Amino acid sequence: MSEVTVNAKIGNTRKEQGQTAVFLQRFTENKVAVVAFVILVILIFLALFAPWITPQNPYDLAQVDFMDGRMEPGEQAFAGYTFWLGSDGAGRDLYSAILYGLRISLTVGVASGLIALALGTAIGLIAAYAGGRTETLIMRLVDLQLSFPAILVALMLVAVMGKGVDKIIIALVAVQWAYYARTVRSIALSERKKEYVEAAKSLGLSSTRILFGHIMPNCLSPLIVVATIQTAHAIALEATLSFLGIGLPQTEPSLGILISNGFEYILSGKYWISMFPGIALLITVFSINLVGDQLRDVLNPRLAK
Amino acid sequence: MLAFLLRRFGQSVIVVALMATIVFFGVNVVGNPVDMLVSPEADQAEIERVIRDFGLDKPIIEQFWYFLKGAAQGNLGTSFIFGEPAAQLILERMPATMELAICALLIAVVFGIPLGVYAGIRPQSASARTIMAASILGFSLPTFWVGIMLIMAFSVQLGWLPSTGRGDTATFLGIESSLFTLDGWSHIFLPAFNLALLKMSLVIRLSRAGTREVMQQDYIKFARAKGLSFARIVRVHLLKNILIPVVTVLGLEFGSLIAFSVVTESIFAWPGMGKLLIDAVLQLDRPIIVAYLMIIVVLFVTINLIVDVLYSLLDPRVTLTGQSS
Repeated sequence: MSEVTVNAKIGNTRKEQGQTAVFLQRFTENKVAVVAFVILVILIFLALFAPWITPQNPYDLAQVDFMDGRMEPGEQAFAGYTFWLGSDGAGRDLYSAILYGLRISLTVGVASGLIALALGTAIGLIAAYAGGRTETLIMRLVDLQLSFPAILVALMLVAVMGKGVDKIIIALVAVQWAYYARTVRSIALSERKKEYVEAAKSLGLSSTRILFGHIMPNCLSPLIVVATIQTAHAIALEATLSFLGIGLPQTEPSLGILISNGFEYILSGKYWISMFPGIALLITVFSINLVGDQLRDVLNPRLAK
Repeated sequence: MLAFLLRRFGQSVIVVALMATIVFFGVNVVGNPVDMLVSPEADQAEIERVIRDFGLDKPIIEQFWYFLKGAAQGNLGTSFIFGEPAAQLILERMPATMELAICALLIAVVFGIPLGVYAGIRPQSASARTIMAASILGFSLPTFWVGIMLIMAFSVQLGWLPSTGRGDTATFLGIESSLFTLDGWSHIFLPAFNLALLKMSLVIRLSRAGTREVMQQDYIKFARAKGLSFARIVRVHLLKNILIPVVTVLGLEFGSLIAFSVVTESIFAWPGMGKLLIDAVLQLDRPIIVAYLMIIVVLFVTINLIVDVLYSLLDPRVTLTGQSS
């Protein structure tokens, strides 16, 4: 590595530190967003450490007692602990089931979000850089897909492919990639005309390198915003599909499946089986959306004060 | 105008043809139609008979040709479960879905526009901030869960409204709808409100953004300088201008309401086309799925076309001939 690049890197880091500080300062201006972010971090930790902080593994049959079924919140379990959020029809502790469900919901949402981010970004960059027919074709495809509601597209894909974690992720990626592609392309188009790209070109760098090494980093901040909002969408969409019985299988009980299981008890007044998993889902999606909303305000250069 | 209409119509036809191709090959190539058609207990002879009857032994291109020929004549196959033409089954249930979607749209507009305009006029006030936070909450609320909670609160706990089904229908001016009976109103309120929530947030955000932009304009300042009352400025100068984007987006969102009614209809057992679709997906009733998709594509394309034309009529600044897409 030559001295010049080393120096350039140091300069970069310093500049980034400055940017990070400004970013943090502006993000924390909105207290609601900060609270939402803290809640989100807590939720992620709860989901990660679910096996260690729940009184019961709700999917270990040895630990679930059918006699404990449909306990109201606050009642005692046969094994001694308290069902703070009640239990479901099979005697599972709802608090434990919600944390395990949160794990699955978050995993599916984040995984599909990341894959869609990678795929959509690559496609969008290629469209912007290639131009001509390739671009027209890709963007027409994006327009076509975005003119149909995500739920309909996902519904159809799942109907054709069947149930399963992998299939649900494929369906979620399929409904999300177009948003990323559209965002990246529009930014990359304006970036492509800037001097630094011209400079990189005249240095004789390959187009792949210019595309992924120079243009892509400048698309990052809008992408982060889209990614946050889309992940929230993906989590909600997965829950909806699972609720309808065409999402995840019963062996992967996400929050949507928990809510769906409680639906049959609603008419007999056992509200807690559906209500608490729903509140968990709502808090998750709401806090991601709040963080995303603030990120959009902070990262959007047009709104900078 | 005519040139625009023709070109736009041509594009629509291409979209429909493209979707027909995707749907056909999606359902027929990715999924195995034989598995869907024959019961697992069937013997080899039965399987072969079904394959022959449905033309599944023919090359896929030839099958596609028959599908297209049928579709052009309005024949989209026969339901396995009901044994009736799929297109007819769906069209029979369409009025119930339309009724639900239109009610939801009205609820969204009636509540959303005043809230959004208010939040836009006083953006810094506490109530405006609350409205905006509530609108994010509205985006985040899982529709299906809200539906369950509505049933719990208003049907189970309070016992005010029925939880399932469509009420009595009556015919008025040749239209059969549940909106003409009291029982119908009591049945439609919960599902329509449930479906409206998501769009209400959208209307609030749209009208707030529009209001904030319009309030900065010179003509508002001029109207104020003329000494017009605030109420008149809002009603005449503001509303007229923010309605254009709101109407456009709502027109486009009408299709998504119909799509989302799949969820609401399942929860409230509303006998619409969305419920039919979910049942078809769960029971692998392939012709219904294909027919639903084709009908919805045509519906969407039509809505988009109508919105484009309406847009030009609402906003004289838009010239359609100059548009690129």
